[in-house]
Amino acid sequence: MNASPTNSPGDSRHEVLREQRTDIERVQEQVSGLLADAGYDDAARFAIRLAMEEALVNAFRHGNRGESGREVMLEWSITPDLAEFIVQDEGEGFDPEAVPDPTLDENLEIPSGRGIMLMRAYMHEVEYLPPGNRIRLRYMRGRKAGA
Amino acid sequence: MASDISRLRITEKDGVTRVDFVDRDILDEANIRQIGSELLRHVESKPSPKMLLCFRNVEHLSSAALGTLITLHSTVKKKSGQLRMSDIRPQIFEVFVITKLNKLFTVDETAEQALTRFSA
Repeated sequence: MNASPTNSPGDSRHEVLREQRTDIERVQEQVSGLLADAGYDDAARFAIRLAMEEALVNAFRHGNRGESGREVMLEWSITPDLAEFIVQDEGEGFDPEAVPDPTLDENLEIPSGRGIMLMRAYMHEVEYLPPGNRIRLRYMRGRKAGA
Repeated sequence: MASDISRLRITEKDGVTRVDFVDRDILDEANIRQIGSELLRHVESKPSPKMLLCFRNVEHLSSAALGTLITLHSTVKKKSGQLRMSDIRPQIFEVFVITKLNKLFTVDETAEQALTRFSA
């Protein structure tokens, strides 16, 4: 086991992820179970899983540049009304506005750059926190998501 | 971690390569690279490839998987081939709509429909 959980009261938790695939799958399973217990339906769990996948893969691949020994921190808090996730990598941060809009006709055939827009489409709030290596994702249950 | 075992079931009939994804989740980057390489090998081995991707088993895919599909589409297009996709669950199709890839890709409801729509 590579992720190191630190429990706190309720459904809040802090995890350190070191092995990209193993640890992502592990926390996704945990979160999916907690979301189901809290009453989130299939569509909500699909949305959150997809957004978390993109945020965590970006943190490993772009933030930490795929370097072994670097960690990704994940904090989450899940209540029946709100699921909140903060993902932090060890990179220098980046400007999400610098990513070109992949839905423009001239960019449709570019094979990268869709992770951020998927997070924004599926979550209610996506916020990059200074210096740009922390991202906060929020899903409000019962509210329609979409950018 | 990717293995030598194919993540795809590939059959050839009447000049069309039908590809069924084995995995429910197309998320792991190593697996996505392996899938991409295998698909590109098939496409590049034919002068004018006709390929159907059947997503019947697929429940989740990532932006990295979308990137692989875009690269495959571009390669098929360059060879004046045809690429169709079918059996996409509504939740996955919504990802295509959000990213506007439904404008780029040719999507049919079922594999059976898609197989009748390849032009000669």
